[in-house]
Amino acid sequence: MPVLEGRELRIVGFLCNWCSYGGADVAGVGRLTQPTDLRIIRVPCSGRIDPLFIVKAFLGGADGVLVSGCHPRDCHFSSGNFYARRRLEVLKGMLPVLGIEAGRFEYTWVSASEGQRWQHVVTSFTEQIHALGASPVKAVLAPEGPGLKPKGGDSAAA
Amino acid sequence: MKIGVFICHCGSNIEGTVDTAAVAEAAMAFPEVVYAKDLMYACSEPGQDAVIEAVREKGLDGVVVASCTPRMHEPTFRRAIERAGLNRYMLEMANIREHVSWIGKNREANTNKAVDLVNIAVEKLRRDRPLTPKSFDITRRALVIGGGVAGIQAALDLADGGKEVILVERTSSIGGKMAQLDKTFPTVDCSSCVLGPKMVDVAQHPNITLYAYSEVEEVSGYVGNFDVKLRKKATYVDWAKCTGCGACMEKCPSKKSLDRFNEGMGGAPAINIPFPQATPKKAVIDAEYCRQFVKGKCGVCAKICPTGAINYDMKDEIIEVKVGAIIAATGYDLFDYTKYGEYGGGRYPDVITSLQYERLLSASGPTEGHIKRPSDGKEPKTIVFIQCVGSRDKSVDRPYCTGFCCMYTAKQAILTKDHIPDSQSYVFYMDIRAPGKLYDEFTRRGIEEYGTRYIRGRVSMIVPKNGGLLVRGADTLLGQQVEVEADLVVLAVGAEAAKGARQLAEKLRISFDNYGYFMESHPKLRPVETNTAGVFLAGCAQGPKDIPASVGQGSAAAAKVLGLFSKEQLENDPQISQVDIKRCVGCGKCESTCPFGAIHMIDFRGQPKAEVIETVCQGCGICAVTCPQGAVQLSHFTDNQILTEVEALCLF
Repeated sequence: MPVLEGRELRIVGFLCNWCSYGGADVAGVGRLTQPTDLRIIRVPCSGRIDPLFIVKAFLGGADGVLVSGCHPRDCHFSSGNFYARRRLEVLKGMLPVLGIEAGRFEYTWVSASEGQRWQHVVTSFTEQIHALGASPVKAVLAPEGPGLKPKGGDSAAA
Repeated sequence: MKIGVFICHCGSNIEGTVDTAAVAEAAMAFPEVVYAKDLMYACSEPGQDAVIEAVREKGLDGVVVASCTPRMHEPTFRRAIERAGLNRYMLEMANIREHVSWIGKNREANTNKAVDLVNIAVEKLRRDRPLTPKSFDITRRALVIGGGVAGIQAALDLADGGKEVILVERTSSIGGKMAQLDKTFPTVDCSSCVLGPKMVDVAQHPNITLYAYSEVEEVSGYVGNFDVKLRKKATYVDWAKCTGCGACMEKCPSKKSLDRFNEGMGGAPAINIPFPQATPKKAVIDAEYCRQFVKGKCGVCAKICPTGAINYDMKDEIIEVKVGAIIAATGYDLFDYTKYGEYGGGRYPDVITSLQYERLLSASGPTEGHIKRPSDGKEPKTIVFIQCVGSRDKSVDRPYCTGFCCMYTAKQAILTKDHIPDSQSYVFYMDIRAPGKLYDEFTRRGIEEYGTRYIRGRVSMIVPKNGGLLVRGADTLLGQQVEVEADLVVLAVGAEAAKGARQLAEKLRISFDNYGYFMESHPKLRPVETNTAGVFLAGCAQGPKDIPASVGQGSAAAAKVLGLFSKEQLENDPQISQVDIKRCVGCGKCESTCPFGAIHMIDFRGQPKAEVIETVCQGCGICAVTCPQGAVQLSHFTDNQILTEVEALCLF
């Protein structure tokens, strides 16, 4: 389903089931109002998140990707978030190389008790993405867009 | 595959801001969806029956329920589709309540979002496969960490239930904070008279092994089969020989060891048995103050000990135990009141904590039950109690209410009048919180029968005056300044998480909140469970609570463990990793990253291959990301499943 034209952007969230997903639940139970752009994918651990998933989301036209796991030293599986931190930190450095602005991807730690923190994270990240606007990938890769061309290629051929 | 989608109204909880009928209609357009319906309450019996009926009538192979969080009702709907004849893992849930309807009011945006979440659930379900759990054996022995009243109760209930219990206590005696109390509210019965028999029961119960002066060093394994290493700290006294006679304490020349049991009121000998009812009643040497350790010569206790129990060369000992379940009952510590400059910040000897005052009231305390103020040993006539010291105060990062201070302050004021009939107690309070059986009646008795003067307001400063203390504060009911010349000030210090609680949580792989209290699985419905299977909570480790609540939780946690142990075998969660042996190149990366040791390398026709030990794997999926070949896949969270969810959400 398309995003609400002009009002929403597409933000994909990958959340650890044991902490941030629960934190988002707590925010819900507390009726803590949040922007509606975010769509959450539940994963068993932030260590399950392959950087590929995030790149795939951006290539699919996501305007922002948010990953949230357990605080360091509070991982349900003892060390998953440490693996996540290393992988995601590397990814963060690489995304601008791919042409995706640094601010479109964030990872954060929110525990299952931090409903208010989750509200804050979602609200500020959504604002950040809205400030950046629609993803530049869209203009290139969208079905009606020009697509990827080899450098110096003939536009007429595309 | 035939998929049925059920959208729950949850009364008006979801329907109020999500057009569920429209979501159902949109769901019909998703691939392989043959049936979509909105239900009033999907979790109710009629709701579940409607799901079951649809599965049977439409011949569904899988079900998507869009309702509340899967952390709430996933087990409910798994059981429901199992009753309908499906594999219980052919279910996906879309969280359209906590993550949609409750966090936004825009019906259009919410409906739109709910459709997206149903879409990803459908796409994930299309790639789900039926799974079957494996069974494994349980070690029917429990570990209770912490020997306060909650841990004691849990250990006794488990032991009475016929299960072996290992009780670990950090200090040299069980009893915890309750053993330090003189009397308990609202009955004003003697604390050690109530607790003492329970402590003796622990010592004598054939099913309980008590490790006092020991701590949890390391925990590995999983529900049913935890391997725990305990550090038995060196006491420098052979407890097998020590009879608890106390001769060493009398002769010890060093009397300046910190008397923890008496909250630092007066010194203790360097070799000490903390209190007469200590269980086990064994001596421990404080190496920081013992002259043998500090100066290298003394040996008085070794000479005096009639059984020759003293051993200065003792070392810490590591004990390995196997248990099936763990109860964390590590209690609380007191807020450090010296953070409050207005109460003197620890400079005035006659400003003491409530627990110190409790020791002054106690017949086994440093003053043998006579209230004498620390500075000059005089009997105080005017006593000021200040409530909420480290409770309900954001400025010291303690916004929560400790909950039991109002009651113990009322009790201490009553006891003061009993001890010193011509005394006058004042209580500065914010609100009186007495919500318990006979609690409010008790505080009223303090005011009406014992003449305790309650002043609603905060104290702004305490300064020395004429050998006493001038307490200046506000009476917010009268709207004026109040000054009381006090002989003694007692601060009702709040509770905070026990020191080392966070480190223990890390070892147990359980979560804690912002203040270090352990997180329960559900605040209302699973108050003693954690999100780590096999680990339970009791007492103040989960949050401040009074003695009846701690005892109740101790019994509750024991009941949970007994329930767990009553099963023949446990079943694992089959959403675990699987190795595609054709793709595996035997690099061993998964083996080295697995936090549980659930992957080992095997020899397959002369080649190394990874193999998952199914009952050990906990389903985190770290290995799946580590595998350079994509040979390890986590069932129900495969790469393809997550990628297809991403695709469903993205626009092209």
